[in-house]
Amino acid sequence: MRIVLEKRPTPSRSMQYLSPVAAILLSLLTFFVIFLLAGIDPVRALYIYFVEPLTALWSIEDLLVKAVPIILIAIGLSFCYQSAVWNIGAEGQLAAGALAGAAIPILFPTLQGPAVITAMILMGIAGGMAYAAIPAILKIRFNANETLTTLMLVYVANLFLDYMARGPWRDPAGFNFPNSRPFDEGQMLPVIAGESIRLSIVFMLVAVVVAWFMTAKTMTGFKIRVLGQSPRAGSFGGFSRNRMVMLTFLISGGLAGLAGICEVMGPIGLLRTSVSPGYGFTAIIVAFLGRLHPFGILVAGLLLALSYMGGEGAQVAIGLSDQTTQVFQGMLLFYVLACDSFIYYRLRIVRQPALDAATVR
Amino acid sequence: MTMMEGILLTIVTAATPLLFAAIGELVAERAGVLNLGVEGMMAIGAVCGFAATAVTGMPLVGVLVAMIGGMLAAGLFGIVALFFVANQNATGVALTLFGLGLSGLIGDRFVGMPGIPVPRVDIPVLTDLPIVGRLVFGQDPFVYLAIALTIGTWWFLFKTRGGLVLRAVGDNHGSAHALGFSVIRTRFLAVLFGGLCAGLGGAYLSLVYTPQWTPMMTAGRGWIALALVVFASWLPGRLVIGALLFGGVSILQLHAQAIGIGIPSQFLSMLPYIVTVIALVIISRNRTLLSVNTPACLGRAFVPDS
Amino acid sequence: MEPAIAARRTRPQSGALVEAIAITKLFGSFKANDAIDLTIRPGEIHALLGENGAGKSTLVKILYGSLQPSAGEIRWKGQPVRIPSPSAARKLGIGMVFQHFSLFDALTVTENIALALADRNNLAALAREIEEVSREFGLPLNPASRIVDLSVGERQRVEIVRCLLQDPELLIMDEPTSVLTPQEADDLFVTLDRLTARGCAVLYISHRLEEVKQICHHATILRLGKVVAECDPQQETAAQLASLMVGADVHVLSADTPPPSTMRTRLKVQGLSMPEPHPFAVALKDISLDVRAGEIVGIAGIAGNGQGELFDALSGERLAAREDVVTIDGKPAGRLGVTRRRRMGAAFVPEERNGHGAVPRLRLSDNVLLTRHATGDQLIRIGVIDFSSMRTLAERIGRSFDVRKSAVDPEAGSLSGGNLQKFIVGREIDRQPSVLVVSQPTWGVDAGAAAVIRQSLIDLARSGSAVLVISQDLDEIFEIADRVAVISRGHLTEPVPTRSLTREEIGLMMAGLGEGKKKGRAAMGQGEAAHAHRP
Repeated sequence: MRIVLEKRPTPSRSMQYLSPVAAILLSLLTFFVIFLLAGIDPVRALYIYFVEPLTALWSIEDLLVKAVPIILIAIGLSFCYQSAVWNIGAEGQLAAGALAGAAIPILFPTLQGPAVITAMILMGIAGGMAYAAIPAILKIRFNANETLTTLMLVYVANLFLDYMARGPWRDPAGFNFPNSRPFDEGQMLPVIAGESIRLSIVFMLVAVVVAWFMTAKTMTGFKIRVLGQSPRAGSFGGFSRNRMVMLTFLISGGLAGLAGICEVMGPIGLLRTSVSPGYGFTAIIVAFLGRLHPFGILVAGLLLALSYMGGEGAQVAIGLSDQTTQVFQGMLLFYVLACDSFIYYRLRIVRQPALDAATVR
Repeated sequence: MTMMEGILLTIVTAATPLLFAAIGELVAERAGVLNLGVEGMMAIGAVCGFAATAVTGMPLVGVLVAMIGGMLAAGLFGIVALFFVANQNATGVALTLFGLGLSGLIGDRFVGMPGIPVPRVDIPVLTDLPIVGRLVFGQDPFVYLAIALTIGTWWFLFKTRGGLVLRAVGDNHGSAHALGFSVIRTRFLAVLFGGLCAGLGGAYLSLVYTPQWTPMMTAGRGWIALALVVFASWLPGRLVIGALLFGGVSILQLHAQAIGIGIPSQFLSMLPYIVTVIALVIISRNRTLLSVNTPACLGRAFVPDS
Repeated sequence: MEPAIAARRTRPQSGALVEAIAITKLFGSFKANDAIDLTIRPGEIHALLGENGAGKSTLVKILYGSLQPSAGEIRWKGQPVRIPSPSAARKLGIGMVFQHFSLFDALTVTENIALALADRNNLAALAREIEEVSREFGLPLNPASRIVDLSVGERQRVEIVRCLLQDPELLIMDEPTSVLTPQEADDLFVTLDRLTARGCAVLYISHRLEEVKQICHHATILRLGKVVAECDPQQETAAQLASLMVGADVHVLSADTPPPSTMRTRLKVQGLSMPEPHPFAVALKDISLDVRAGEIVGIAGIAGNGQGELFDALSGERLAAREDVVTIDGKPAGRLGVTRRRRMGAAFVPEERNGHGAVPRLRLSDNVLLTRHATGDQLIRIGVIDFSSMRTLAERIGRSFDVRKSAVDPEAGSLSGGNLQKFIVGREIDRQPSVLVVSQPTWGVDAGAAAVIRQSLIDLARSGSAVLVISQDLDEIFEIADRVAVISRGHLTEPVPTRSLTREEIGLMMAGLGEGKKKGRAAMGQGEAAHAHRP
């Protein structure tokens, strides 16, 4: 007797919603067991991780601040993954956006005001797009595997950022810290709610709604879906795969660049050697956990931001390593991917022996 | 030892972890599985190897534990990507994120600890030969192991029945299944071998190359190993050339940094990554050349219809 | 060739080699096999006849161990046996040649054969054995060739040699001649005779009645999962066999007389040449063709001779080098993409349904949008999709082409092959296109759906459209095409009226003798046929 995976006659609609929930529960359960084995009170640890951040107003605010870049990037990546373009280099595109946008206040420190802010945002988007266009062109023109090129370019971008922050753009009055000059308020996104929630949250919400409209209602969204599922049928429909590769790279690069410049113009307030604690990679998990659907991504992004918050809390309260968060995120993605297969398949118990050569030979 | 000898020697050392990781991935890809989690498996191998050596004081135990760690990580990938037929690209990325996190978690208490050096194997007389002596016969045992593994893999893939079955599974999983071969089991074993090799590569980094544990010490080598497999067009022999080439670039840029040739160190550090991209572009632009050896089922999920 | 095929064949009077007794196979509540009895004697060629869906493949899979019967018994030389897997079947002495080959493209002939034979580990010795067997049975093969480099006929030889090396006592062949030219088929029959002369039995699955009459000793006929008759095929006429197979309901297509040759040309191809897009593909060489309003032109040929490449060039999925190479309704279209060609009134149905003609994981209404987004159906307004019009259109197509589906708007992949094909053909014919190019319109489709599709193609042509049908099924070509051309290794012969040709003449052209026009005519031996369509 053995258990085999069997194709469902029609995909399960209910599993599409159940799968992410099941994945989250399984991850929590796994962590519960791990904490138990490690001699840490699991109830307390999970409380610190996933509930405590929601009990104070300041930490909810902080959660939203962290969720904004993750969701922005994940929305962009969802376009890529729907069209089977494996851009995993959003972290680098984010750095490129931060660099491009920060150029204005660093090179022209006296300029301030709404026009400068707008220019910085546009530069950030353009920087991310330009950096994403490199792997897009390499894929279209030379057939180079985008998974590898985008990832390699993350290292290149981060090294370049490191060079700029330590070298030409270092603040001369900054006591040799590898930072740029801190930006003035007139060079940062305005706070629109609470103490730290800036305009970027509006960008994020707009991105979610526009992305939903594009994928669900427009011909562009349809083309992306068709080309992602079967490139041959897409070309039969008259859709250009190359154009779609470029488009999805530009969308995801632009949104990652926007996330990058929003970090620099918001929570960070200057350019430094690193502007992201791995948001570009977390966003990959968020995109899949949200089942590549904009509203799903919104929820998933809040959850993953929560895990960042909880990770910081747990570090202080029970001395857990900050790497715990990354383990949780990676595990969550494993569970999501495994649970997703139940949308198209189901388990069946077979009572006859395995039919393979080895057993008979 | 002359300066030139020294450089050549370090190139071999830099190439070895790449060769380990790439040869394992090559076997997995020949069976039709694209495991993008090499970086994660290497990180787990590195931390397991260092931790076990630090705890037991025996490098050999460290190496064994690293191999087991790499295999366990690969097993996780195999279960999700092969049994649950999840998208292999996404699962591989998950393994990398998970592996990097887990290695950081395990390695927390070992940061900054000095490593226990692995003895070099000198072969009397031969090692004393001029130039080639030290280069060919004065390496640490891992280098010989990597070369033996490469030859062994070539022999297995092209000279044994098991290798024939493995290539058949990667070429046409439907037919392989129809002939009665277990596609999933073959692929799972190939993935485990990939994990074992990546674990070895990681152990080499933390036990020989550095030798100490620092978080993120794999520094993209897993990804470069993936690129190497494409670069070698799935042939083990070409992997050696590719690994030496990439090892050469990373060593030369280190030397350039040490000498101080007026180029900022960050730009020199970028070199291995940029060279990887350029190499990928050069090899991929010739689609005909590439398609001859590419396993036809690479990255494609298989579900037997019962 | 020696006259190896005896004129009169009698069934050997020996005891049974295999007996299937009351074999029943259930898929859910569906009875694919219903108490089937089958007896095969050593040294006979036993035909298994039946329409698509009659239960032939299910029965064969049970005999070969890939499926287990729900009830019934199999006896091998009188002893009850269980056949749990294909390798167990091979051990018993049963070999099978599949219709869709189970070969590995990247591996050599020897490696392919070694994979099926657990006991041959010395590849050099195996290669010598292969050469020996292939000489003995008239199946020439080079053991060192890679499969990708072989023709379809050669690939079948690899499958047969692979079976023969296991000294089978029963060889199962599933539609072996469907991929062969008539001449290659004759060579196969010689091989089968040599086999049976040594006492090997052959279970021969086919729906080609003429060849069953020619070579088989005995026939078992299935319909809807049951044995409806057993007979000596040489004693029956083809018509009798056909009515046994199909039952009373034999559908006759109504095609009135072909249109006069003075109708205007709607699709014109002139000197179309294209390099192969990848190493395993075929280059197109100087193809010329015209299809006039009101007629159906058929392109016959063995699979893999450039049909896919020609389809892509006509649909615009690959662009030609020059504008005037492809002309649609008098306007040059060679450099236009598939959407622009659709706007000019052309429509296309590719061979592959899932993943080319339709996206399996999208709903039928979405699949309507795939080819109708720019053809004046108002499905898109300033980039925004009008879902309700799409659903209405999908409904209309479903109704007029009798598409049977489980839900109102199901995913394309959940439809059966025949129903999905009716939907895809219907999606294009619903537009009343002026030019329709369709590849393998009824491949793997049940008889009922095939009749619906063929009739709709004829009706479309007679209403004034030009229809080009690319098909490997010669019966289909003879049934619906007014003129026929043959494609072979990227060359296309000049189209001639279908009635002026016999199957044998087309067979010679399919084997490549039609390459180069002069040579082609000489080989056909009757020049007037080739000239007949000229004004």
